[in-house]
Amino acid sequence: MSVFKNFTNGLLKENPTFVLVLGTCPTLAVTTAAINGIGMGAATTFVLVCSNVMIAALKNLIPDKVRIAAFIVVIATFVTIVDLVMKAYTPDLYKTLGIFIPLIVVNCIILGRAEAFAQKNNVFPALLDGLGMGIGFTLAITLMGSIREILGNGSVFDIRLVSQEARTILIFILPPGAFITFGYLIAIMNSIKRKYSI
Amino acid sequence: MELIKIVILALIVNNVVLAQFLGICPFLGVSNKVGTSVGMGAAVIFVMALANLVTYLIQNFILVPLHIEFMQTITFIFIIAFLVQVVEIILKKSAPSLYQALGIYLPLITTNCAVLGIAILAVQKNYNLISSVVYASSIAVGFTLALILMAGIREQLELNGYPKGMKGFPLSLITAGLLSLAFMGFAGLVK
Amino acid sequence: MSKKLESSLKNMVLCLLLISAVMAGALGFVYGVTKGPIEKANKDKEIQAVKDVLPEFNNDPTADAKEIDGLKFYNATKDGQPVGCAVKTFTDKGFSGHFELMVGFKPDGSINKIVVLEHKETPGLGSKMKEPKFAGQFNGLNIGALRDKLLKVKKDGGTVDAITAATISSRAYCDGIQKAYNLYMNNLQNAAAPADTTKGGIK
Repeated sequence: MSVFKNFTNGLLKENPTFVLVLGTCPTLAVTTAAINGIGMGAATTFVLVCSNVMIAALKNLIPDKVRIAAFIVVIATFVTIVDLVMKAYTPDLYKTLGIFIPLIVVNCIILGRAEAFAQKNNVFPALLDGLGMGIGFTLAITLMGSIREILGNGSVFDIRLVSQEARTILIFILPPGAFITFGYLIAIMNSIKRKYSI
Repeated sequence: MELIKIVILALIVNNVVLAQFLGICPFLGVSNKVGTSVGMGAAVIFVMALANLVTYLIQNFILVPLHIEFMQTITFIFIIAFLVQVVEIILKKSAPSLYQALGIYLPLITTNCAVLGIAILAVQKNYNLISSVVYASSIAVGFTLALILMAGIREQLELNGYPKGMKGFPLSLITAGLLSLAFMGFAGLVK
Repeated sequence: MSKKLESSLKNMVLCLLLISAVMAGALGFVYGVTKGPIEKANKDKEIQAVKDVLPEFNNDPTADAKEIDGLKFYNATKDGQPVGCAVKTFTDKGFSGHFELMVGFKPDGSINKIVVLEHKETPGLGSKMKEPKFAGQFNGLNIGALRDKLLKVKKDGGTVDAITAATISSRAYCDGIQKAYNLYMNNLQNAAAPADTTKGGIK
């Protein structure tokens, strides 16, 4: 039961985006469309799971003083792998996500989980934690991306909901809209958590 | 003239925080007091200028000649982590009060996406050494500007009331959104 | 709590070296595997962009694409007969600066079709230049038949219908096409003489 909790933790209770408020840069930048949320989420989850597993496996071999440096080597390698694979097989998504793919390496979620969890737990719990956090992140940014896309572009996952000519609230796919959507979503999450004592 | 264009674009038109979404974590974390904001900004300016200088040299004299451009992410983040470590040591010796005030946020400059992001962007834009350093410094000054503006507003907001559900991040984010909206007015300032 | 390796200098250096070596090896491997697909993806993108603006062809326009003065020329032929030339052009006069276009010219110098390659123009305003309502008006247009051979928006005395509230983007769009047209016509004249080694150079 407690092992399963490792996974569900990242989905709601300690959702990295709305509760821990980590990884805010990609959250604001790539959520201009729902599909970007999925792409970024998948890439981040891959790196998160791989690095959590590797760090948990090697935790007894990494001297304390160099742990941050070691974590960075591991994380940066997986990020570069994702970067190369996306460049080769999903070039359009790669172009859209742009600089935020290499920036996964400084996504506080990954270093944060490595520090707070992976180096103190075994491989399997670390894997679940990585998966839970990654999927929680993916769900959160896809939700945000969908909202911004619907309000700002009248479509979701490129499926048009209103006609091409209809007026949409453009501000939502521009920078201010990102901040405002994010702010309101966190406020709503906080209220829900408080009301149902999650 | 080119350099002035770079400065204006980096400072206000494409403000790193309000338009490009880099450096959000420290932006939300440190911007509650004007004093700390200035200190953080100064540290970031120093680190970013230096980081762009070193990464430019590494990119052009090691990565490209050896055709190992794919090592860019790893080498750049290492350079940045190292520089932050150096800045930490220098600050501890020469400005201990500032070192204390910044606390955990100083080592966190390493994970400030603006530092790595701008280093990579400067390479993508093919800037030469001087342009790259000017670019990084202007971006960092823009970061400081956004930070100070935000701190000023937040200090004021603390004195006024606001809905309980908005406490903390939501309030900061919506304020940032309005700031970002204001800065959009600068678009098209420089061709 | 499980025991960790102590932080002696030997251990620290060894650990970092080992991890770096293993990761670098893994990375090198992935790099080798993805190198081919990456090049192919880039090439496919280029060919697709050419396909988007020219009538049917069956050669490989990227094979001997020429780069002159920052613009790239792709010649397309069908069964050896030229069907047109796609020109990758750009402008720096956009509202948000630089953006790139692919202009398809027929052998007689008229425009076949235009697509926007990359841009940072304002969504909902300048971005409308990608829509057929604006882009379509250029199809079939021959700049050589315009006054002074200049492509201009109606506001500037020309014939192009600019996007409402996005005049700057529209002007920049015309600027990109003009660049491409001028260099293309220049090139056609020089092509009469073989192996051109003019200022642009062949890359």
